[in-house]
Amino acid sequence: MQAAAKQETVNTTFRPKILKRKLRLGESAIEAGLFIVGFLTIFVTVSIVIVLGDQALLFFLDPEVTLAEFFMSTKWVPAIGEFGIWALVSATLTTSAIAILVAVPLGLSAAIYLSEYASHRARAVLKPVLEILAGIPTVVYGYFALLFVTPLLRELIGSERIGVYNMLSAGLVMGIMILPLISSMSEDALSAVPNSLREAAYAMGATPFEASTQVVLPAALSGIGAAVIVGISRAVGETMIVAIASGATSEFTFNPLKAAETMTAHIARISGGDLPYGTVDYNSLFAIALMLFLVTLALNIVSQWIVTKFREQYE
Amino acid sequence: MQTENSPYAIETRNLSIFYGSFEAVKDVNLQIQKQKITAIIGPSGCGKSTLLRAFNRMNDFVPTSRVSGEILLHGTNLYGKEIDPVEVRRRIGMVFQKPNPFPKSIYENIAWGARINGFKGNMDDLVEQSLRGAALWDEVKDKLKQSAYALSGGQQQRLCIARAIAIQPEIILMDEPASALDPISTLRIEELMQELKKNYTIIIVTHNMQQAARVSDYTAMMMLYENTRSGTVIEYDETKTIFTRPKDKRTEEYVTGRFG
Repeated sequence: MQAAAKQETVNTTFRPKILKRKLRLGESAIEAGLFIVGFLTIFVTVSIVIVLGDQALLFFLDPEVTLAEFFMSTKWVPAIGEFGIWALVSATLTTSAIAILVAVPLGLSAAIYLSEYASHRARAVLKPVLEILAGIPTVVYGYFALLFVTPLLRELIGSERIGVYNMLSAGLVMGIMILPLISSMSEDALSAVPNSLREAAYAMGATPFEASTQVVLPAALSGIGAAVIVGISRAVGETMIVAIASGATSEFTFNPLKAAETMTAHIARISGGDLPYGTVDYNSLFAIALMLFLVTLALNIVSQWIVTKFREQYE
Repeated sequence: MQTENSPYAIETRNLSIFYGSFEAVKDVNLQIQKQKITAIIGPSGCGKSTLLRAFNRMNDFVPTSRVSGEILLHGTNLYGKEIDPVEVRRRIGMVFQKPNPFPKSIYENIAWGARINGFKGNMDDLVEQSLRGAALWDEVKDKLKQSAYALSGGQQQRLCIARAIAIQPEIILMDEPASALDPISTLRIEELMQELKKNYTIIIVTHNMQQAARVSDYTAMMMLYENTRSGTVIEYDETKTIFTRPKDKRTEEYVTGRFG
């Protein structure tokens, strides 16, 4: 009774003034701080593009170079003024393709095992091991490729057919390097598939293999597609392994048994030397870097598109 | 010993179900009649779904679960060592509480189960026949290639029933199949069940006592043992007996809404 009366008083003494906007300085400061930090990442990205673009422009404006040569020629010999990007792109494509051929089947199988089959105990052992694989520095992988995998390949294939430096060894080891990335992203995608779909499949008399490959996997396809694209970006951008194990001769070839220099390895090697500032050779590195940037940017956009396009498959 | 000519579709003997050391369901003896609808009712947490999921070995997916006693299908213990749980689930279908169609087309939702079960006949005919059987054909016949997620909840649930009958099980288990649906959709599912029992034996778990009274021929009343968390069937009889002249006082109190 008393409480009701009290309520009444509050209601009658209601003043619109208490709804007035208050100044909250702390809130505004935090918002401003977060905005600056967020903006900083965009600023850095844009700056990199500007610097790359600026120097690359100098390269393309040089009388020694034409756009047609850059995009059409298959010879990259800066010493005699040959700047055909395909000599480097071919090696990047070959090593990345090998890496993806290794990492996708293995990574996906590992993800299916971890998400659909593994017992708690098996998962508790396997996941940390995969994470350790992801933590190994790439320079270690590079030496592993050169000093372990290559001798093994030369033993198997014959040392007259495969060189001390070759794309196969670099690509295989790069595949091992991106395997944990692909498996952990794919496993996240598979685990996000609701259990009700697994139950539905099992209740139809599906075997675990049928349920995981024909129901769970298709439902997780958007996340798996994104994992593969991120894996490709990682392979295209990887430098150390290819610089160490794939050789330092720029050659247009898709033969994995041969040595060839990738875009990244070339940049690493040349920028480590003492190129005079402002020369064509110097500027050419920025043109390659810009190409790399555009390729990975395109792959990221494609992966975003895949994720959003297939996102609403189940709900 | 039960034979092929047994009047029962499926039978449990001294069935207990454990999760680890916890006995969720204790000592259940049920004889489920062929081509009838049997409802399992009882308060929350008394083991209704656990019991239902034992019939098609869905509890196998809970790592620590195990059973003692027997579930007999044509005289064969479904938990025998030589029994393949995949084969059990092909014979005993299931419809879940929340509609869970596959993220595939309406057509594929039905064709998939038949295909993995080795169906060799005319798939178009099977899809049509199954959708007709689930009273869904007229609503979806022009959009079979569309995603199952474009359907309403009630239609999705009937699609799940169509999917279950496409592989021609002997028994269909239904775990509160209408609890996520509106009253009109619920009514359609209940009408459908009356059609289905001409060919199938149905076991349904329901929270809704009116639903049990409306649709079922037999009712099993489950309840926890006093001072334990183990559930059991305390009374099993024809539905009209359970709802009008129950023998057990607890059943009477439950069905008249005095508790639970």
